[in-house]
Amino acid sequence: MTTDVHQLDDGAWISVNDSREVNVSDLWLLARSDFCECETTDFLAEGFVKVGVDHPNIEARIAGQCIACGESGVTDWLIVGRVVDPDAGDFYGVVHESVHFPEKRTRLARPGE
Amino acid sequence: MPSKVEKWKDEVYGNEIREHLLEFAEQGWESIPEDEHDAWFERFKWWGLYHQRSGQESYFMMRIGTPNGVIKPGQLEVIGEVAKEYATGPADNPEFGDAYCDWTTRQSIQLHWIKLEDIPEIFEKLESVGLTTQQACGDSWRNIVGCPVAGKDKHEHIDAWPVAEELHETFKGNDDYANLPRKWKVAVTGCDEGCGQGDINDLAFEPAEKDGELGFNVRVGGGLSRKEARLARDIDVWVPPEQAADVAAGMSALFNEYGDRDDRFNARIKFLMDEWGPEKMRQVLQDEFVDFELETAGEDMRDQYTYNSGGNEGHDDHVGVHEQDDGNYYVGLNVLVGRMGADDTLELADIAEEYGSGEVRLTQRQNVIIMDVPEENLEDLKNEPLLEDYSPEPSPFMRGSIACTGTEYCSLSIVETKNRQVRYARWLKDNVELPADHEDFHIHLSGCTASCAQPQIADVSLRGMKTRKDGEPVEALDIGLGGGLGEDPRFADWVEMRVPADEVPGAIENLVNNFKDRREDGETFRDFVEARDEDTLADLVEPEETDYHDPYMHNTKMTWYPYAEDDDMQSSPAPTNGAGEPLPSDD
Repeated sequence: MTTDVHQLDDGAWISVNDSREVNVSDLWLLARSDFCECETTDFLAEGFVKVGVDHPNIEARIAGQCIACGESGVTDWLIVGRVVDPDAGDFYGVVHESVHFPEKRTRLARPGE
Repeated sequence: MPSKVEKWKDEVYGNEIREHLLEFAEQGWESIPEDEHDAWFERFKWWGLYHQRSGQESYFMMRIGTPNGVIKPGQLEVIGEVAKEYATGPADNPEFGDAYCDWTTRQSIQLHWIKLEDIPEIFEKLESVGLTTQQACGDSWRNIVGCPVAGKDKHEHIDAWPVAEELHETFKGNDDYANLPRKWKVAVTGCDEGCGQGDINDLAFEPAEKDGELGFNVRVGGGLSRKEARLARDIDVWVPPEQAADVAAGMSALFNEYGDRDDRFNARIKFLMDEWGPEKMRQVLQDEFVDFELETAGEDMRDQYTYNSGGNEGHDDHVGVHEQDDGNYYVGLNVLVGRMGADDTLELADIAEEYGSGEVRLTQRQNVIIMDVPEENLEDLKNEPLLEDYSPEPSPFMRGSIACTGTEYCSLSIVETKNRQVRYARWLKDNVELPADHEDFHIHLSGCTASCAQPQIADVSLRGMKTRKDGEPVEALDIGLGGGLGEDPRFADWVEMRVPADEVPGAIENLVNNFKDRREDGETFRDFVEARDEDTLADLVEPEETDYHDPYMHNTKMTWYPYAEDDDMQSSPAPTNGAGEPLPSDD
């Protein structure tokens, strides 16, 4: 079974296999991001702009702002959870309060490539 | 590539959704295949049903579209009965009880906690008196808005009500316009006060005179959502009332053809207007979508607009007692944040029948108007106990309050809104005194950037945010100032960001006091704001704690219902069956 992922209701939430899994309005801590000048970005998720699957990861680019400095914009790709077994389809969300590392999807930056 | 929503719409959309909806209702919540939930919930919107947020699965918000906010005699009683019988959820709201109606900023009605299984009965009751939920949400012609006293107003130059009614009848259920790239919001106004709010609609008809004939100028591309606020732009077209539907058909066909179906965030016509500009918009309309020569714009009446102009003139929010053009009166009642209990709604229906014609209208400021009251009935009407709670002479802070749905039910909202704005208004009424010449002072609280409470056109704009207080995340608001409509509409300047929600009343108190101390003689609040830069204004807004208490500082979105005794998400009874009994979970 393929994993079906989309954002709905103006980006209010991410649906994974027709189940509401990730919502806006949570705070995410982002590290090593160039979203703003803060050492860690205290990021309020206001809307999911893009969603994607990079098995087993479910990823999203999120619109929002850093509540420490006020910088607003859209994050690079963030892992919001995983579907380890596509046949079972179960989604395991990440803990948004822990530290996350947004990634640009550029292979050039990866070691060994 | 067309979006996933477009794919679902291609499969089933528009009128045909109804038979599926009724079949699911007949068989119960569990009959909707789990892997089709998202598709069906997206489609149900077209029939006015919006699946409530996480923790409230199987419950729907139902929107009833009443064009121009006109509730005809006999309809309000049915609305109240439906609210009382079907809009009762598993927990009460501490301010509003267990069943209520929300009067919206687009002159519609919203009910919550509607169960799928009850929808056939509700449709039957609504339709028996000519009401419908059709196209109240979804990608199509939405409820048409306008001056709420159209057809009965002394300030009206053209009776806009037959035009609004014609548009409603032409475009509701019309398969040619049923599946647009995105929502399509239309305003029609015939009065010289500007209360149709055309500037913030996708398509606006505004009164204008051409060669001695009265008709409408046409504006296109307004809207407030997603931090992308736009004022509708003049496309240099005048149309007589009898051709308004043809131009409206042409404009919505243009939107259908050229609107962006690949990216829903870029789909509204305001973005096409950004790309094309008004001249090309007019040219394409002329060349491809109408079969007659468009007239150039006539002379408008915008220099007379008083509605939400900051000038404290005119009938503005329609609250109070005002004479109609037939010698009767209309009596506008303040409904704080637009929410009225079901029992009060039924009482209002009785009063409207007893003292007026039975007709009630909804304003774009979440208030209600009792129509057609003969002068000799006014005193008795004003003595009715219901008017103690819904006053025709309210405090400016009560009448100026607008709030969206918020985290109580909405997926998108960041913060709690309605109950918070009720508490703000009460505190401000008790603690803050506006200058005597400011009867209208608008405070709009929107839970997110979707801007359903239209915060950008308020004197004080509040928008949902988060911040940290003593290290802990709390609900907060951005504060904007000086927005409004009128001849020269302007959006609020956002001057103070991420203010903890419990410090907002103190901030407004300080702002009002600073305004009173510093204003020139007779200077309006809006002019006062316009004359100052953002840094100066930010200094006048000094957030601080007061004796105001905010019970909703925690993350209300993480609860299944913010006011439930046990509000933990895991304690949610949802989803439930048709009797409201919890269904077994898959987990």
